Amino acid sequence: MADTAVAHEGHTSSTGISNVKLGMWLFLGSECLLFGGLISTYMLYRGRVSNGPTPEQVYDIPFTSVSSFVLLMSSLTMVLAVSAAAKKDDRGTNLWLVVTALLGATFVGGQVYEFTAFYNEGLGFTTSLFGSSFYTLTGFHGVHVTVGIIMLMALVAINKRSRVPGSKAETVEMIGLYWHFVDIVWIIIFTLVYLIPV
Amino acid sequence: MAIIERPAPGTTLVPALAPSAPAITPARTFGALRRPVATTGWKSWLFTVDHKKLGLMYGATALFFFIIGGLEAVLIRLQLAAPEGKVLNADLYNQMFTMHATTMVFLFVMPMAAGFANYFLPLQIGARDVAFPRINAFGFWCLLAGGIVVNLAWFFGGAADGGWFMYAPNSGPVFSPSHGVDFWALGLQIAGIASLTGAINLIVTVLNMRAPGMTLMKMPIFTWMITVVQFLLLFAVPVITVALFLLTFQRSFDAKFFDVAAGADPLLWQHLFWIFGHPEVYILVLPSFGIISEVLPVFSRKPLFGYPFVVFSGAAIGFVGWGVWAHHMFASGLGPVSVAVFSLATMAIAVPTGVKIINWTLTMWGGKLVFTTAMKFAVGLIILFTIGGLSGVTHSVAPSDTQQTDTYYIVAHFHYVLFGGAIFGIFSGFYYWWPKMFGKMLNERLGSWNFWLMVIGMNLTFGPMHILGLQGQPRRMYQWTEARAGEGFFNLGFWNLIASIGSIILTLGVLFFLINIVVTARSKVRAPLDPWNARSLEWMTSNPPKEHNFDSIPHVNHLDEFFHRKYEEDPTTHTMREVATAEQVLAELEKNADAHIHMPSPSYWPIVLAAGMPVVALGVIYSIPVAIVGGLIMLYAIYGWALEPATAPAIDHDESSSNGHNGHAVGASHG
Repeated sequence: MADTAVAHEGHTSSTGISNVKLGMWLFLGSECLLFGGLISTYMLYRGRVSNGPTPEQVYDIPFTSVSSFVLLMSSLTMVLAVSAAAKKDDRGTNLWLVVTALLGATFVGGQVYEFTAFYNEGLGFTTSLFGSSFYTLTGFHGVHVTVGIIMLMALVAINKRSRVPGSKAETVEMIGLYWHFVDIVWIIIFTLVYLIPV
Repeated sequence: MAIIERPAPGTTLVPALAPSAPAITPARTFGALRRPVATTGWKSWLFTVDHKKLGLMYGATALFFFIIGGLEAVLIRLQLAAPEGKVLNADLYNQMFTMHATTMVFLFVMPMAAGFANYFLPLQIGARDVAFPRINAFGFWCLLAGGIVVNLAWFFGGAADGGWFMYAPNSGPVFSPSHGVDFWALGLQIAGIASLTGAINLIVTVLNMRAPGMTLMKMPIFTWMITVVQFLLLFAVPVITVALFLLTFQRSFDAKFFDVAAGADPLLWQHLFWIFGHPEVYILVLPSFGIISEVLPVFSRKPLFGYPFVVFSGAAIGFVGWGVWAHHMFASGLGPVSVAVFSLATMAIAVPTGVKIINWTLTMWGGKLVFTTAMKFAVGLIILFTIGGLSGVTHSVAPSDTQQTDTYYIVAHFHYVLFGGAIFGIFSGFYYWWPKMFGKMLNERLGSWNFWLMVIGMNLTFGPMHILGLQGQPRRMYQWTEARAGEGFFNLGFWNLIASIGSIILTLGVLFFLINIVVTARSKVRAPLDPWNARSLEWMTSNPPKEHNFDSIPHVNHLDEFFHRKYEEDPTTHTMREVATAEQVLAELEKNADAHIHMPSPSYWPIVLAAGMPVVALGVIYSIPVAIVGGLIMLYAIYGWALEPATAPAIDHDESSSNGHNGHAVGASHG
């Protein structure tokens, strides 16, 4: 009697979606509003430069295009990791997780370089409204990518010692959902922040 | 305790956790800490993941902050009782009204609703726990940490003083130089995590863990309203998170967001705050709507009138609640189109609210009304909330609202909807569910005093504020003068005094409630199993419920399942007649009891993780290295948490259950 009522390690549930997956989707829904608020703030303030350089003067579109491409490719390798995990291929899973993390780290490295370059060109966090809102928006995104990288590397470490609690394939898929979300947000940020002129 | 062994009927299985059981040692270390195993004493509360214990902890914390917030309100009224009040100086007065509202909204009504939701939502849907028990515990500790951080400012140079909506740039360092606003912003940020995690947890619980047969439209109405509220929280909290981050960055790291000299738009904060703030209003009041929608049918001896209408009007309020935020900003010069749109939307939202009021009234219509204290508070809510709702409609008319903005008329309005709405609902819930939570009934005689003093006090306090406001007394002014108080019936002095006397009566009413708690706790009289002849699943278990809630998970066939197990329709007379007592229904459940029930295990990590947050907050305000230490504590806790399975392996707790029995885990996943 009871076995119909309870979700045993997330296999049976009223919706057919496991608890963790449903929880992750809800969390990502909430994150949409977080980035929505930050993007709105940036869109309001991007043209307000009372001091320091304007967006056109600092943006290096070719450079950011390349780092965006790197980040988008990491979504592909993440899919390969999820697929390997579904096939219970531990080696493949770990390999693709590490590659994903490296691509993500490349993107974050690019962002650090970009921030440094902008700062040297005179755009500080406190220079203008544009500066404050630009660094806050892209910084929040960068932190999200960094958290993703930490999760990926932690998962590899835990996986090697076979200590992943619950279903391994599902854990990889969860981190995958988060990773894809962060990538999609970057597509929006890249378009709105870099490509559309003020 | 992780595993509850109970003898299956007809066998002689020895309960594995009999007092003679050997001491338990968890098999494996996670991080530096082994699993907590205490089942009694303070440790069992500190490390619990049981939704009922957490519900009580939420409730106790909220009640504590209710007293704090209430005392702040009394000080405000004492200051305003006479012209040129000397009780508080201007600065302290600013802090007092800011912290009164902050405390009541974020630290009393929200956590109290979270407490009721935590305790009763799993019971109402026939679940044994929530979807993510450890996240649930984490949410409570975040709330407590956030409440402490917000109030810590009192001891570090003064509390926040910008009003509960903390309009920037007024809340910037120029106008609010103390650290109060910093504590406020970071504390609410931490409390916001509690709301967000709570929302995810409860939505997943409702969607995934209902008892077999309980379709969405057979869910108790309280569960429905809580679900709507969690969706509002899920999408509203991140918006205030952004606003609070911007404010903190401005104050602590010199960002420009609200620096008008640099070209900042002062409306940015207002929009962000009210996009959160208006759904927040429904976050505060919908749980109480849910509570009285449970109470009214029980004490009218009738099913809820138009259940689907109550459900869908609640959902409609949730949706439309997103499109009315700018009615808080009519005076800020938004332009005629925006004002017209938000004005119409605000009028529209009165419709689903009116639907609810009609449904409650028709539930009582022709019923055999039983005026217990819970019922009195429920009826009180209908009347007082209607008054507040009607003055709310007058705000939706923008030209009229521009006259009312920032006057006591607004204060009168939102106290009628929040005190008369949210708080009366909460008190109704206290009296209705007390026997379920503690196995003892609150004293009805003291309850009657509690109710009448609160009704009289509340109307004396907030009623005159309509007059004061229409006469032009502004909000947030720390003094008024006799010279400008006016003459005759509209004399401000007279009505201010009445309001202050009312607040004392209100305080007495609350005092009677606190006395009632003590008297009830000392009383030896146990509550009957089903004291109110109730209708929903939470009553289909012992008082208070066992740790695993239900001996066997009930199959649900009806809305009001418990009622339909007790009563059946007589085919000839078409009246309901009793076919089983509550005791018999329970005995039936016990007969089919599950032999092995795995409950989620207690954990250290939620409290350790939450404890890192105030350290980070203090670090952001005073010294960044401290924030890094806090961050490391949190990182450490996250790893310990991630490595620890939600449900302890059987070997952690007893040897006998590891030999092949798999048992039934509660739907706890990686929580």
